[in-house]
Parts: sequence; C-alpha cells; structure tokens
Amino acid sequence: MQDHLYNFLLYLGDNALILGHRLSEWCGHGPVLEQDMALTNIALDLVGQSRNIFQLAAKMQGEGATEDTLAYLRDATAYKNILLVEQKNGDFAKTILRQFFYDAFNYPCYQRLMQSSNKDIAAFAEKSMKEITYHLKWSSEWVIRLGDGTEESLRRINEALEDLWPYTGEMFKYADFEIAMTESGVFPDAAGIEAEWEQEVKNIFAQAGLELPEKAWMHDGGKHGRHSEHLGYILAEMQFLQRAYPGQKW
Amino acid sequence: MNEWPLWEIFIRSKNGLSHKHVGSLHATDEEMAMQNARDVYTRRSEGISIWVVESKHISASDPDEGESLFDPANDKVYRHPTFYNLPDELKHM
Amino acid sequence: MEKNLEEIFQAKIDREEKIEPKDWMPDAYRKTLVRQISQHAHSEIIGMLPEGNWITRAPTLRRKVALMAKVQDEAGHGLYLYSAAETLGVDRVELFEQLNSGKAKYSSIFNYPTLSWADIGSVGWLVDGAAIMNQVPLCRCSYGPYARAMVRVCKEESFHQRQGFEILLNLSKGSQAQKDMLQESVNRWWWPAMMMFGPADGDSPNTQQSMKWKIKRFTNDDLRQKFVDVAYEQAKVLNVTLPDPDIKWNEERGHYDYGVINWDEFWNVVKGNGPCNKERLAARNKAWDEGQWVREAALAHAEKRANRKSKKVA
Repeated sequence: MQDHLYNFLLYLGDNALILGHRLSEWCGHGPVLEQDMALTNIALDLVGQSRNIFQLAAKMQGEGATEDTLAYLRDATAYKNILLVEQKNGDFAKTILRQFFYDAFNYPCYQRLMQSSNKDIAAFAEKSMKEITYHLKWSSEWVIRLGDGTEESLRRINEALEDLWPYTGEMFKYADFEIAMTESGVFPDAAGIEAEWEQEVKNIFAQAGLELPEKAWMHDGGKHGRHSEHLGYILAEMQFLQRAYPGQKW
Repeated sequence: MNEWPLWEIFIRSKNGLSHKHVGSLHATDEEMAMQNARDVYTRRSEGISIWVVESKHISASDPDEGESLFDPANDKVYRHPTFYNLPDELKHM
Repeated sequence: MEKNLEEIFQAKIDREEKIEPKDWMPDAYRKTLVRQISQHAHSEIIGMLPEGNWITRAPTLRRKVALMAKVQDEAGHGLYLYSAAETLGVDRVELFEQLNSGKAKYSSIFNYPTLSWADIGSVGWLVDGAAIMNQVPLCRCSYGPYARAMVRVCKEESFHQRQGFEILLNLSKGSQAQKDMLQESVNRWWWPAMMMFGPADGDSPNTQQSMKWKIKRFTNDDLRQKFVDVAYEQAKVLNVTLPDPDIKWNEERGHYDYGVINWDEFWNVVKGNGPCNKERLAARNKAWDEGQWVREAALAHAEKRANRKSKKVA
C-alpha cells in the first residue's frame, strides 16, 4: 500500500517536472515576449508542483531523500511520467496541444485529488488547482486561436494532433498504483476522468474547428518506466551537474 | 507585418485603492490582454484586479493647451480649506 | 521659435521636471532616447540567451525555478523598456527588426558564453551588479516613461544579483572542484563586466549631451570606479581573486586603482567578433521567424471573432 502511494506521488511529480522542464526550454525563444513570459509562468507552476509533491514523497521515503535526490538521482526507468509530457516541444502548435491535452486531463484529476482521503495530497491539490485552472484556460484559448486562425496555423495544429493523439490513451490506462489509490480513496472516482477529458476536448475542438480523431493504437509504458528515447536526453541534461559532481551542495 | 495592438494596463493593488496605470503590452484581444497583464504585471502579487484598455481608445489632453486647461485653477485658492481664517480654538472643522 | 522651445525644454530638465510623451522635445533628444532605451531593451532580450542556456541544467529544483524566474524577469524588463520606447513613436516590431538585422546594438557582455554553472553566478554577481550601477541612476532620468520603467526594473533586479551571489557563495564553500569552477568563471567575466560601462570618458563623445539632458546621470568611468570599489570588497566574501594584478587601494583618491582595459577586445566584440555574436542573433532571428505564423494566426483569429461579434450585433 505504502509502495503504491509512493509511486503515485512520483507519478504526479514526474508529470509536472518533465512537462515543466520541456516548457522551460521555450524561455527566451517564444513567438512574442508576452507569450514567452506566459510559457515560463506555466513552467514555474509545474516545477513548483513537482517540488511540493517530491517533498511529500521524500518524507515518506526518509533516509535523507529530498526533492533533489528524487529529481536528479533517478534514472529514466524509475521515472513514471506519461509519454505525452516528454515529447519534444516541436513548434508552438505542438507545445500548445500537448499542454492542452495535459491540462484537460489534469483538471479533472486534481478536482478528485482535492477530495483525497490523504490530507497532504488534498491540500496540495487545492493549491495546484488554481494554477491548473489558469493553464487550462490559457491552452484552450490557444488551441482555438490556432485552429480558427490562418490556414497555416490550422495545418500545424492538425499535424500536432496527428503526432500527439497516440499519446493520449496512456493517461486513462491506469497503473496498479493508481488503481490502489482509487480503491483507498486517495484518488477517488478515477474512472470518470476519461469522459470528462473527452468532453472538454470535444468542446474546445468544436470551437477550434478541429476534428476529434478515432481512438486508434495508443502508446503506453511511461507509468512503468518504459519511456520514449527523449526522456534519457532530458535527464542527461537535467542531471548533469549532480552526476558530474556527486554529493555536492549547490 | 501587422503588430498586435497596444494595450494600457491598470492594476488595483488592493481593495480600497484605485486602479493605477502600470504600463502597456501587446495582445490581439481583450481576453489575451488580460492574461498577458496578469503574466507581465502581477508576477509578484502586485494586484487583485486588472483593467485593460486598448491604447487607441485613450484620449489625452494636449500639453500645448496645458496652460489654458490647468493654470486657471491656480488662483482659485478659495477652493482650499486653508483659505479660510478661523480661530484655533474651533474644533472639528 | 525653435530656439525658444529648446530653452524652455532645457529649463524644465534643469528644474528636474520630467518630460512626458506628448511634450515638445528636440528631435535629437527623442532620437537619442529611442536609441538608448531600445539598446537597453535589446540587452535584456539577448541577455536571456546566455542565462537561459543553463535553465535545463540547473543543479537543484530550487536553483531551476530561481533561474527561470530571473530569465523571465528579463523578458519583462525588455517589455517594459520597449513600451517606454513605443511612447516615443517607434513600435516594437520595428525595434525587433533593427535588432535582428544586426543594425541595433546591445550590451556586448551577452556575446560571451556561459560555460559552467558558476557562470550563472558570475552573471548575477558581476553583470547584474554592473547593470544595477548603471540602472539605478536612470530611475531619475528626465524622460518619464523611461524613468518609470526603470523603477520597475530596478525593483525586480534586486533579487537577480543576490541570486547570483548565493550561487557563488555556495561554490566558495564547496569542494575544491567547485572552488576552481568559481575562480575560473570570475577570471573570464571580470574584464567583460568592467567593459560594460562603455568606453573611457575621453572616448565617449555623447556623454556630455546625455548628461545635460539627464538621460545619463554619471559618466562611464565614474560608474566603473564605483563598481570596482564595491566588487573588490565582495570578492573577499567569496574568497576569489579578481584577475587584475593592478587592483590596489589608492589612499589619496579614496578608491581602488585598477589595470588597463583591453579596448581592442571591447571594440571587436561590439563590431560582431565576440565569441557568441552570431549565435545570439541567429537565436533571436529563429525565435522571431518561427513565431511569425503564431502572431499572424492570433491576429487573424481576433479579427474573425470581432467580425462575428459585430455581425451578431447587427
């Protein structure tokens, strides 16, 4: 049981950290200054969320674990994030759509986590929910803008859709640790999330003039540590100093 | 290329105070202007309420008319409480 | 008439009154301001690149969020400054195009690479430190929108230098490898930081006019001296040696003397021969070009929406 809770925390933290890390790659390279800052704000929220959750996990683990040992000293196979968040930024359309898929999923997840039987998680979810609500609004509006913008923006977001769609199924393919959390009330009513996600995506896609693809083959494995090749590079970069100078304070 | 329109941003730092001009930014519509204002001008909890106005909608007085607009008020000292001579003993006035 | 206006204008400045956008101002004042403010804005935007270079490699999550927030602030500072320039009748796109084409200048310091994590500390300590020396007096400059932007910039900037110094302080208390990293970094950044104040006063022909207009409040050499005096003391806290054997206290002047700056290097970096000039401009051009379709799409959507709205109303 404790193992499941620990893995569940890592899963939440890893999703936030890896997506935050990806978004931070935009910093200084955004399409317009105002949106550069918006992207970084979301990245800051996400890395902040991962810190909160890793601190909970570290407390559970004890033995000198910290948010940083969890972020910097685990290899890819120990990371539990979904494959969606580690996908490359691509162009702005791909970054936006990846963000929207994640936000539209995260929103109902965290709504449920606010009702968690675990008080720490419920408190964390309540704090994060304010951020997630804003993220979802921001990414939804951009999906609509790009879908209902120019021919080029429509073409690009459709290309992004083709790339990213096969990564959406994994969100709802619950791992053993999630099932255990649902059963114990830590993550109540997880079964309803998929329908809510689909409803939200349909709604925004309708406004954006985008079509929801058929449910087809979906990739998975992230929750079990089987990642795409991208994560190795993310971690190689992220963990470089901690690995090159082990045990130092920074 | 067409630039995104310029917006002027006004922020209320806390209830009880009026909105104050803090700067400007570019956005395509009022929704985006609002969000950009939030991301640009309230990163350090500077505000609890935002007004955005597209810059082109602001009319400003002409500094060349400054004298005729504002100087005539200068000699109307009788509009100020200190103009009136009252004894110090008088309280609550 | 013109002469008269110019006298009134100068008298206003002499009385420490601010000039506001719609006020009459000499063309040369406007032009100088646009150049100065936009160069300053460009420096903030280019400055995001060398520091952003380490966001994905920051060694702890705390360092990562601090660095992200700092680089994000620089975007904000650029934005405030472009806004100030826009009150003078140039738009941001025009200024961006000047930057991207290589026509506009920006602070040369950002043409140096960030090669180690210690460089993020050095940039905070020395580069931001030098920038603050320059910027604080500008909060009192004669042009209102610029002065107001600078007040905001300076308020936010104060965490930047502390952030950098804390990084270096941790290195100075760390392993030998970390101490070496610190010293090696300071060795590389010290002289470029000294150059940030610009050419010596004798070679800075516009300084006098700018000071008369109060858009510059101290000379380059005065600010440089202030910087040396402060940095020398701070270096002791870090236990690092500044790479200038000629630094020593001058009792008579009440200041530290310092060695000769390599102006040949300075002018070469200004001319585009610095280690990273080409990369920096290429990165800005790439971001701008790849953002083109995004900016167009958002504008197109806003127009469609506005049209739909007005149709509904009609």
